[in-house]
Amino acid sequence: MDVEFFDASGDATLYSYTIQQKPFALWGTDGPRSVALVRLAEGPLLTSSIVNCEQTPEALQLDMPLRATFTPFDEVTVLCFEPAEKQP
Amino acid sequence: MIPPGATAIVGAAESTEIGTVPDMSSVGLAIDAAANAMRDAGITAADIDGFTCGYFPVADMSRQLGIFPSWADNTVVGGCSWMFQLRNAVAAIHAGYCNTVLIVYGESGKSTRGLGQSFDAGQRGGTGQQFDMFYSGGQAAATFTLPVVRYQHEYGLTDEELAVGAVSQREWAVDVPRATLRESTSVEEVLASPMIAWPIRRAMCCLVSDAGGALVVTSADRAKDYPKPPVYVLGTGGALEAGVMSPGGVREPLRPEFIRTSGEAAFTSSGTTHADIDHLMIYDAFIHNPIFGLEGLGFVEYGEGGHFIAEGHTAPGGKLPMNTSGGGLSYAHTGAYGMLCMLESIRQVRGEAANQVADVDIALCHGWGGYWSACSTLIFGTSVP
Repeated sequence: MDVEFFDASGDATLYSYTIQQKPFALWGTDGPRSVALVRLAEGPLLTSSIVNCEQTPEALQLDMPLRATFTPFDEVTVLCFEPAEKQP
Repeated sequence: MIPPGATAIVGAAESTEIGTVPDMSSVGLAIDAAANAMRDAGITAADIDGFTCGYFPVADMSRQLGIFPSWADNTVVGGCSWMFQLRNAVAAIHAGYCNTVLIVYGESGKSTRGLGQSFDAGQRGGTGQQFDMFYSGGQAAATFTLPVVRYQHEYGLTDEELAVGAVSQREWAVDVPRATLRESTSVEEVLASPMIAWPIRRAMCCLVSDAGGALVVTSADRAKDYPKPPVYVLGTGGALEAGVMSPGGVREPLRPEFIRTSGEAAFTSSGTTHADIDHLMIYDAFIHNPIFGLEGLGFVEYGEGGHFIAEGHTAPGGKLPMNTSGGGLSYAHTGAYGMLCMLESIRQVRGEAANQVADVDIALCHGWGGYWSACSTLIFGTSVP
Protein backbone atom coordinates (compact mmCIF):
# COMPACT_ATOMS: atom_id res chain seq x y z
CA MET A 1 0.00 0.00 0.00
CA ASP A 2 1.30 3.40 -0.94
CA VAL A 3 1.04 6.22 1.56
CA GLU A 4 -0.35 9.44 0.11
CA PHE A 5 -2.18 12.61 1.12
CA PHE A 6 -5.33 13.51 -0.80
CA ASP A 7 -8.35 15.79 -0.46
CA ALA A 8 -11.38 13.67 0.38
CA SER A 9 -14.75 14.64 -1.09
CA GLY A 10 -16.50 14.43 2.28
CA ASP A 11 -18.92 11.85 0.90
CA ALA A 12 -19.23 8.73 3.00
CA THR A 13 -21.55 5.94 4.12
CA LEU A 14 -22.32 4.54 7.57
CA TYR A 15 -20.39 1.30 8.02
CA SER A 16 -21.21 0.53 11.67
CA TYR A 17 -21.82 2.27 14.98
CA THR A 18 -22.75 2.18 18.61
CA ILE A 19 -24.88 4.64 20.57
CA GLN A 20 -23.10 5.69 23.72
CA GLN A 21 -25.61 6.25 26.52
CA LYS A 22 -23.30 8.53 28.50
CA PRO A 23 -21.34 10.52 25.94
CA PHE A 24 -17.83 11.86 26.33
CA ALA A 25 -17.77 15.14 28.29
CA LEU A 26 -16.77 17.11 25.17
CA TRP A 27 -20.32 16.78 23.85
CA GLY A 28 -21.79 18.52 26.89
CA THR A 29 -24.93 16.41 26.79
CA ASP A 30 -26.51 13.69 28.86
CA GLY A 31 -28.32 12.26 25.85
CA PRO A 32 -27.15 9.36 23.76
CA ARG A 33 -24.45 10.00 21.14
CA SER A 34 -23.40 7.85 18.22
CA VAL A 35 -19.86 6.59 17.78
CA ALA A 36 -19.55 5.53 14.18
CA LEU A 37 -17.30 3.84 11.70
CA VAL A 38 -17.70 5.85 8.51
CA ARG A 39 -16.56 4.60 5.11
CA LEU A 40 -15.23 7.49 3.02
CA ALA A 41 -16.17 7.42 -0.67
CA GLU A 42 -12.44 7.15 -1.31
CA GLY A 43 -12.21 3.94 0.74
CA PRO A 44 -10.77 4.50 4.21
CA LEU A 45 -12.74 3.93 7.42
CA LEU A 46 -12.83 6.69 10.02
CA THR A 47 -14.13 6.82 13.56
CA SER A 48 -16.59 9.68 13.88
CA SER A 49 -20.04 10.62 15.13
CA ILE A 50 -23.24 11.19 13.16
CA VAL A 51 -24.77 14.56 13.96
CA ASN A 52 -27.89 16.52 12.95
CA CYS A 53 -30.16 13.50 13.26
CA GLU A 54 -31.86 11.45 15.94
CA GLN A 55 -29.44 9.25 17.84
CA THR A 56 -31.52 6.10 17.43
CA PRO A 57 -31.14 2.80 15.58
CA GLU A 58 -34.14 3.80 13.46
CA ALA A 59 -32.54 7.05 12.29
CA LEU A 60 -29.07 5.56 11.87
CA GLN A 61 -29.35 3.04 9.06
CA LEU A 62 -26.30 1.13 7.90
CA ASP A 63 -25.00 2.23 4.48
CA MET A 64 -26.92 5.52 4.65
CA PRO A 65 -25.18 8.30 2.67
CA LEU A 66 -23.35 10.84 4.79
CA ARG A 67 -21.58 14.14 4.30
CA ALA A 68 -18.70 15.56 6.29
CA THR A 69 -19.47 18.46 8.60
CA PHE A 70 -17.34 20.21 11.18
CA THR A 71 -18.63 20.57 14.74
CA PRO A 72 -17.01 23.36 16.79
CA PHE A 73 -16.35 22.97 20.49
CA ASP A 74 -14.55 25.37 22.82
CA GLU A 75 -11.01 24.37 22.00
CA VAL A 76 -11.29 22.05 19.03
CA THR A 77 -13.36 21.58 15.91
CA VAL A 78 -14.20 17.97 15.22
CA LEU A 79 -14.90 16.19 11.95
CA CYS A 80 -18.36 14.67 12.09
CA PHE A 81 -20.83 13.38 9.52
CA GLU A 82 -24.50 14.08 8.90
CA PRO A 83 -27.15 12.45 6.73
CA ALA A 84 -26.48 13.49 3.13
CA GLU A 85 -30.12 14.26 2.32
CA LYS A 86 -30.06 17.05 4.90
CA GLN A 87 -27.73 18.96 2.59
CA PRO A 88 -29.23 21.43 0.10
CA MET B 1 11.55 -22.05 13.48
CA ILE B 2 11.50 -22.94 17.16
CA PRO B 3 10.57 -26.63 17.56
CA PRO B 4 7.19 -27.32 19.24
CA GLY B 5 7.70 -27.85 22.96
CA ALA B 6 11.18 -26.32 23.13
CA THR B 7 10.02 -24.52 26.26
CA ALA B 8 7.46 -25.17 28.95
CA ILE B 9 5.51 -23.39 31.68
CA VAL B 10 6.72 -24.76 35.01
CA GLY B 11 5.12 -22.25 37.35
CA ALA B 12 1.76 -20.52 37.08
CA ALA B 13 -0.35 -18.67 39.60
CA GLU B 14 -2.81 -15.89 40.18
CA SER B 15 -2.61 -13.44 43.05
CA THR B 16 -3.82 -14.97 46.31
CA GLU B 17 -7.06 -13.03 46.02
CA ILE B 18 -8.79 -11.80 42.89
CA GLY B 19 -11.98 -9.84 42.25
CA THR B 20 -12.18 -7.03 44.78
CA VAL B 21 -8.85 -6.60 46.57
CA PRO B 22 -8.87 -3.07 47.97
CA ASP B 23 -5.89 -3.62 50.26
CA MET B 24 -3.42 -4.30 47.42
CA SER B 25 -1.99 -2.02 44.77
CA SER B 26 -1.26 -3.09 41.20
CA VAL B 27 2.35 -3.62 42.21
CA GLY B 28 1.26 -5.58 45.26
CA LEU B 29 -0.95 -7.88 43.20
CA ALA B 30 1.90 -8.44 40.74
CA ILE B 31 4.44 -9.27 43.43
CA ASP B 32 1.99 -11.54 45.24
CA ALA B 33 1.31 -13.42 42.01
CA ALA B 34 5.03 -13.62 41.21
CA ALA B 35 5.76 -15.12 44.64
CA ASN B 36 2.93 -17.61 44.15
CA ALA B 37 4.25 -18.64 40.72
CA MET B 38 7.79 -19.13 42.05
CA ARG B 39 6.38 -21.21 44.92
CA ASP B 40 4.32 -23.19 42.41
CA ALA B 41 7.52 -23.88 40.46
CA GLY B 42 9.48 -24.70 43.61
CA ILE B 43 12.16 -22.10 42.86
CA THR B 44 13.48 -18.84 44.25
CA ALA B 45 14.48 -15.55 42.66
CA ALA B 46 18.04 -16.82 42.29
CA ASP B 47 16.84 -19.39 39.75
CA ILE B 48 15.44 -16.74 37.40
CA ASP B 49 17.58 -14.96 34.81
CA GLY B 50 14.92 -13.50 32.56
CA PHE B 51 12.10 -11.11 33.49
CA THR B 52 9.14 -9.41 31.83
CA CYS B 53 6.25 -7.36 33.17
CA GLY B 54 4.75 -4.56 31.04
CA TYR B 55 3.02 -1.44 32.41
CA PHE B 56 5.62 -1.31 35.21
CA PRO B 57 9.24 -0.15 35.07
CA VAL B 58 10.84 -3.51 34.36
CA ALA B 59 14.05 -3.06 36.36
CA ASP B 60 12.17 -1.71 39.38
CA MET B 61 9.79 -4.65 39.42
CA SER B 62 12.50 -7.26 39.03
CA ARG B 63 14.53 -5.62 41.77
CA GLN B 64 11.58 -5.70 44.17
CA LEU B 65 11.47 -9.45 43.62
CA GLY B 66 15.22 -9.83 44.12
CA ILE B 67 15.71 -10.80 40.50
CA PHE B 68 18.63 -9.35 38.53
CA PRO B 69 18.04 -10.72 35.04
CA SER B 70 20.37 -10.87 32.07
CA TRP B 71 17.39 -10.72 29.69
CA ALA B 72 14.24 -8.62 29.98
CA ASP B 73 11.27 -7.58 27.90
CA ASN B 74 8.63 -4.96 28.52
CA THR B 75 6.47 -5.24 25.44
CA VAL B 76 3.19 -3.38 25.85
CA VAL B 77 0.48 -4.03 23.27
CA GLY B 78 -2.55 -3.83 25.55
CA GLY B 79 -4.32 -6.78 27.12
CA CYS B 80 -2.31 -9.48 25.37
CA SER B 81 1.05 -7.95 26.35
CA TRP B 82 1.92 -10.95 28.56
CA MET B 83 1.16 -13.30 25.70
CA PHE B 84 3.58 -11.38 23.47
CA GLN B 85 6.08 -11.47 26.35
CA LEU B 86 5.72 -15.24 26.64
CA ARG B 87 6.32 -15.55 22.90
CA ASN B 88 9.42 -13.39 23.25
CA ALA B 89 10.57 -15.41 26.28
CA VAL B 90 10.26 -18.63 24.29
CA ALA B 91 12.50 -17.14 21.61
CA ALA B 92 14.98 -15.80 24.16
CA ILE B 93 15.30 -19.15 25.93
CA HIS B 94 15.64 -20.94 22.61
CA ALA B 95 18.33 -18.45 21.55
CA GLY B 96 20.23 -19.03 24.78
CA TYR B 97 19.84 -15.49 26.12
CA CYS B 98 18.50 -16.86 29.38
CA ASN B 99 17.23 -20.10 30.91
CA THR B 100 14.25 -19.32 33.09
CA VAL B 101 11.90 -16.36 32.70
CA LEU B 102 9.36 -14.92 35.13
CA ILE B 103 6.42 -13.09 33.48
CA VAL B 104 4.57 -10.84 35.90
CA TYR B 105 1.25 -9.03 35.81
CA GLY B 106 -0.89 -7.18 38.34
CA GLU B 107 -3.67 -4.64 37.99
CA SER B 108 -5.85 -2.95 40.55
CA GLY B 109 -8.47 -2.44 37.86
CA LYS B 110 -11.46 -2.17 40.18
CA SER B 111 -10.02 -0.64 43.34
CA THR B 112 -7.48 1.45 41.36
CA ARG B 113 -4.86 1.27 44.10
CA GLY B 114 -1.45 2.46 43.08
CA LEU B 115 0.01 5.02 40.75
CA GLY B 116 0.54 4.52 37.08
CA GLN B 117 -2.63 2.52 36.75
CA SER B 118 -3.59 4.13 33.50
CA PHE B 119 -4.61 1.55 30.98
CA ASP B 120 -4.89 3.61 27.84
CA ALA B 121 -4.91 0.80 25.30
CA GLY B 122 -1.62 2.05 23.97
CA GLN B 123 -3.29 5.12 22.50
CA ARG B 124 -1.29 7.79 24.26
CA GLY B 125 0.44 10.08 21.84
CA GLY B 126 -0.80 8.15 18.86
CA THR B 127 -3.13 9.12 16.06
CA GLY B 128 -5.99 7.45 17.93
CA GLN B 129 -5.66 9.92 20.76
CA GLN B 130 -5.12 12.80 18.34
CA PHE B 131 -8.13 12.13 16.14
CA ASP B 132 -10.49 9.55 17.62
CA MET B 133 -10.88 10.22 21.33
CA PHE B 134 -13.33 13.11 20.79
CA TYR B 135 -16.13 10.84 19.71
CA SER B 136 -16.21 8.41 22.61
CA GLY B 137 -13.72 9.50 25.23
CA GLY B 138 -12.19 6.12 24.53
CA GLN B 139 -15.00 4.23 26.28
CA ALA B 140 -14.31 0.61 25.42
CA ALA B 141 -17.97 -0.45 25.36
CA ALA B 142 -18.67 2.11 22.63
CA THR B 143 -15.56 1.60 20.53
CA PHE B 144 -14.20 -1.94 20.79
CA THR B 145 -17.72 -3.07 19.92
CA LEU B 146 -18.04 -0.94 16.77
CA PRO B 147 -18.07 -3.94 14.38
CA VAL B 148 -20.97 -5.67 16.18
CA VAL B 149 -23.90 -3.98 14.43
CA ARG B 150 -22.31 -4.52 11.03
CA TYR B 151 -21.76 -8.19 11.87
CA GLN B 152 -25.38 -8.63 12.97
CA HIS B 153 -26.57 -6.94 9.78
CA GLU B 154 -24.36 -8.95 7.42
CA TYR B 155 -24.90 -12.35 9.02
CA GLY B 156 -28.38 -12.08 10.53
CA LEU B 157 -27.34 -12.50 14.15
CA THR B 158 -30.17 -11.37 16.42
CA ASP B 159 -29.71 -9.69 19.79
CA GLU B 160 -31.08 -12.86 21.39
CA GLU B 161 -28.48 -15.01 19.63
CA LEU B 162 -25.70 -12.56 20.51
CA ALA B 163 -26.75 -12.71 24.18
CA VAL B 164 -26.25 -16.48 24.36
CA GLY B 165 -22.49 -15.98 24.65
CA ALA B 166 -22.92 -14.30 28.04
CA VAL B 167 -25.27 -17.05 29.21
CA SER B 168 -22.89 -19.84 28.14
CA GLN B 169 -19.96 -18.30 29.95
CA ARG B 170 -22.02 -17.84 33.09
CA GLU B 171 -22.92 -21.53 32.92
CA TRP B 172 -19.19 -22.26 33.14
CA ALA B 173 -18.66 -19.75 35.96
CA VAL B 174 -21.37 -21.26 38.15
CA ASP B 175 -18.93 -24.02 39.11
CA VAL B 176 -15.82 -21.85 39.52
CA PRO B 177 -15.26 -20.79 43.15
CA ARG B 178 -13.01 -17.85 42.24
CA ALA B 179 -15.39 -16.47 39.61
CA THR B 180 -16.99 -13.13 40.43
CA LEU B 181 -20.42 -13.85 38.92
CA ARG B 182 -21.75 -17.33 39.65
CA GLU B 183 -25.53 -16.98 39.40
CA SER B 184 -27.12 -18.60 36.36
CA THR B 185 -28.48 -16.10 33.89
CA SER B 186 -30.69 -16.09 30.80
CA VAL B 187 -30.97 -14.39 27.41
CA GLU B 188 -33.88 -12.39 28.80
CA GLU B 189 -31.79 -11.22 31.75
CA VAL B 190 -28.85 -10.27 29.53
CA LEU B 191 -31.15 -8.24 27.25
CA ALA B 192 -32.78 -6.57 30.25
CA SER B 193 -29.47 -5.35 31.67
CA PRO B 194 -28.77 -1.62 31.29
CA MET B 195 -27.84 -0.31 27.85
CA ILE B 196 -24.25 0.96 27.80
CA ALA B 197 -23.63 1.59 24.10
CA TRP B 198 -26.38 0.28 21.84
CA PRO B 199 -26.53 -2.63 21.09
CA ILE B 200 -24.15 -3.47 23.93
CA ARG B 201 -25.71 -3.98 27.34
CA ARG B 202 -23.95 -4.30 30.66
CA ALA B 203 -24.13 -8.09 30.74
CA MET B 204 -22.28 -8.13 27.39
CA CYS B 205 -19.33 -6.25 28.90
CA CYS B 206 -16.47 -7.66 30.93
CA LEU B 207 -16.12 -7.23 34.65
CA VAL B 208 -13.73 -4.74 36.18
CA SER B 209 -11.58 -6.60 38.71
CA ASP B 210 -8.40 -6.61 40.74
CA ALA B 211 -6.00 -9.46 40.00
CA GLY B 212 -2.43 -10.48 39.40
CA GLY B 213 -0.88 -13.42 37.61
CA ALA B 214 2.57 -14.78 36.82
CA LEU B 215 4.26 -17.52 34.84
CA VAL B 216 7.62 -19.26 35.00
CA VAL B 217 8.86 -20.56 31.65
CA THR B 218 12.03 -22.53 30.99
CA SER B 219 13.58 -24.89 28.46
CA ALA B 220 12.02 -28.33 27.95
CA ASP B 221 15.21 -29.98 29.28
CA ARG B 222 15.04 -28.09 32.55
CA ALA B 223 11.25 -28.38 32.80
CA LYS B 224 11.52 -32.08 33.69
CA ASP B 225 13.14 -31.16 37.03
CA TYR B 226 10.20 -29.10 38.29
CA PRO B 227 7.48 -30.37 40.65
CA LYS B 228 4.48 -29.79 38.39
CA PRO B 229 4.00 -31.51 35.02
CA PRO B 230 5.34 -29.17 32.30
CA VAL B 231 2.89 -27.30 30.11
CA TYR B 232 4.76 -27.24 26.82
CA VAL B 233 4.55 -24.20 24.57
CA LEU B 234 3.86 -25.91 21.28
CA GLY B 235 3.29 -22.89 19.08
CA THR B 236 2.97 -19.13 19.19
CA GLY B 237 1.62 -16.36 17.00
CA GLY B 238 1.19 -12.64 17.18
CA ALA B 239 0.24 -9.77 14.90
CA LEU B 240 -0.63 -6.09 14.90
CA GLU B 241 -3.60 -4.40 13.26
CA ALA B 242 -4.57 -0.72 13.43
CA GLY B 243 -7.17 -1.07 16.19
CA VAL B 244 -10.72 0.17 16.03
CA MET B 245 -9.63 3.36 17.80
CA SER B 246 -7.07 4.41 15.23
CA PRO B 247 -7.89 6.42 12.11
CA GLY B 248 -8.28 3.86 9.38
CA GLY B 249 -9.21 1.31 12.00
CA VAL B 250 -9.18 -2.39 11.33
CA ARG B 251 -8.69 -2.93 7.62
CA GLU B 252 -11.65 -5.27 7.21
CA PRO B 253 -13.58 -5.24 10.50
CA LEU B 254 -15.58 -8.39 9.75
CA ARG B 255 -12.48 -10.30 8.60
CA PRO B 256 -9.64 -8.95 10.71
CA GLU B 257 -6.51 -10.14 8.98
CA PHE B 258 -4.33 -10.00 12.09
CA ILE B 259 -6.33 -12.78 13.78
CA ARG B 260 -5.70 -15.07 10.83
CA THR B 261 -2.00 -14.14 10.74
CA SER B 262 -1.55 -14.87 14.45
CA GLY B 263 -3.58 -18.08 14.39
CA GLU B 264 -1.83 -19.48 11.34
CA ALA B 265 1.56 -18.80 12.92
CA ALA B 266 0.51 -20.64 16.08
CA PHE B 267 -0.89 -23.64 14.22
CA THR B 268 2.08 -23.85 11.85
CA SER B 269 4.72 -23.53 14.56
CA SER B 270 2.96 -26.10 16.76
CA GLY B 271 2.32 -28.65 14.04
CA THR B 272 -1.26 -28.97 15.26
CA THR B 273 -4.58 -28.55 13.49
CA HIS B 274 -7.99 -27.34 14.65
CA ALA B 275 -9.10 -30.92 15.27
CA ASP B 276 -6.31 -31.31 17.87
CA ILE B 277 -7.59 -28.48 20.08
CA ASP B 278 -9.33 -29.87 23.17
CA HIS B 279 -9.88 -26.59 24.95
CA LEU B 280 -10.13 -22.98 23.85
CA MET B 281 -9.77 -19.59 25.50
CA ILE B 282 -10.67 -16.47 23.52
CA TYR B 283 -10.23 -13.18 25.34
CA ASP B 284 -13.70 -11.77 25.93
CA ALA B 285 -13.50 -8.12 26.84
CA PHE B 286 -16.91 -7.91 25.20
CA ILE B 287 -19.38 -10.50 24.05
CA HIS B 288 -18.44 -10.29 20.37
CA ASN B 289 -14.73 -11.02 20.80
CA PRO B 290 -15.08 -14.83 20.87
CA ILE B 291 -17.20 -14.72 17.69
CA PHE B 292 -14.46 -12.95 15.77
CA GLY B 293 -11.81 -15.16 17.35
CA LEU B 294 -13.55 -18.39 16.34
CA GLU B 295 -13.82 -17.13 12.77
CA GLY B 296 -10.41 -15.51 12.44
CA LEU B 297 -8.65 -18.54 13.91
CA GLY B 298 -10.51 -20.74 11.43
CA PHE B 299 -12.58 -22.87 13.81
CA VAL B 300 -15.62 -21.82 11.77
CA GLU B 301 -16.19 -19.91 8.53
CA TYR B 302 -16.64 -16.14 8.50
CA GLY B 303 -20.20 -15.34 9.50
CA GLU B 304 -20.72 -18.60 11.41
CA GLY B 305 -19.15 -17.73 14.77
CA GLY B 306 -22.16 -16.01 16.28
CA HIS B 307 -24.49 -18.85 15.40
CA PHE B 308 -21.92 -21.43 16.54
CA ILE B 309 -21.96 -19.93 20.04
CA ALA B 310 -25.75 -19.43 19.95
CA GLU B 311 -26.14 -23.15 19.22
CA GLY B 312 -24.30 -23.97 22.45
CA HIS B 313 -21.16 -25.55 20.99
CA THR B 314 -18.86 -23.62 23.36
CA ALA B 315 -21.04 -24.01 26.49
CA PRO B 316 -20.75 -26.81 29.07
CA GLY B 317 -21.42 -30.06 27.20
CA GLY B 318 -20.58 -28.48 23.82
CA LYS B 319 -18.05 -29.88 21.37
CA LEU B 320 -15.58 -27.00 21.76
CA PRO B 321 -15.32 -25.95 25.44
CA MET B 322 -14.42 -22.25 25.50
CA ASN B 323 -13.74 -19.72 28.28
CA THR B 324 -14.30 -22.38 30.92
CA SER B 325 -13.40 -20.09 33.83
CA GLY B 326 -16.35 -17.89 32.91
CA GLY B 327 -14.01 -15.55 31.06
CA GLY B 328 -13.83 -11.80 31.29
CA LEU B 329 -17.61 -11.61 31.43
CA SER B 330 -18.04 -13.76 34.55
CA TYR B 331 -14.67 -14.79 36.05
CA ALA B 332 -12.57 -11.64 36.27
CA HIS B 333 -11.32 -8.92 33.94
CA THR B 334 -8.92 -6.35 35.25
CA GLY B 335 -8.46 -4.12 32.23
CA ALA B 336 -5.75 -6.25 30.65
CA TYR B 337 -7.01 -9.84 30.80
CA GLY B 338 -4.39 -11.75 28.77
CA MET B 339 -2.55 -13.24 31.74
CA LEU B 340 -5.78 -14.52 33.34
CA CYS B 341 -6.82 -15.95 29.97
CA MET B 342 -3.52 -17.90 29.67
CA LEU B 343 -3.71 -19.12 33.26
CA GLU B 344 -7.01 -20.90 32.61
CA SER B 345 -5.49 -22.63 29.55
CA ILE B 346 -2.55 -23.72 31.69
CA ARG B 347 -4.79 -25.00 34.51
CA GLN B 348 -6.73 -27.04 31.96
CA VAL B 349 -3.56 -28.58 30.47
CA ARG B 350 -2.32 -29.36 33.97
CA GLY B 351 -5.65 -30.93 34.85
CA GLU B 352 -6.22 -28.63 37.81
CA ALA B 353 -9.01 -26.31 36.58
CA ALA B 354 -12.18 -25.78 38.59
CA ASN B 355 -14.18 -26.76 35.51
CA GLN B 356 -11.74 -29.39 34.35
CA VAL B 357 -12.52 -30.52 30.80
CA ALA B 358 -11.78 -34.25 30.34
CA ASP B 359 -8.58 -35.24 28.54
CA VAL B 360 -7.15 -31.84 27.62
CA ASP B 361 -3.90 -32.59 25.81
CA ILE B 362 -3.76 -29.46 23.66
CA ALA B 363 -5.24 -26.05 24.46
CA LEU B 364 -5.33 -22.82 22.46
CA CYS B 365 -5.38 -19.37 24.01
CA HIS B 366 -6.07 -16.26 21.93
CA GLY B 367 -5.94 -12.72 23.28
CA TRP B 368 -6.26 -9.13 22.14
CA GLY B 369 -4.76 -5.78 23.03
CA GLY B 370 -5.59 -2.15 22.44
CA TYR B 371 -9.05 -2.67 20.97
CA TRP B 372 -7.75 -4.97 18.24
CA SER B 373 -4.43 -3.18 17.87
CA ALA B 374 -2.72 -6.50 18.56
CA CYS B 375 -3.46 -10.15 19.11
CA SER B 376 -1.56 -13.25 20.12
CA THR B 377 -2.27 -16.95 19.84
CA LEU B 378 -0.60 -19.61 22.00
CA ILE B 379 -0.93 -23.38 21.82
CA PHE B 380 -0.06 -25.38 24.94
CA GLY B 381 0.24 -29.14 25.36
CA THR B 382 0.87 -31.89 27.88
CA SER B 383 3.66 -33.42 25.81
CA VAL B 384 6.09 -32.71 23.00
CA PRO B 385 4.71 -34.12 19.75
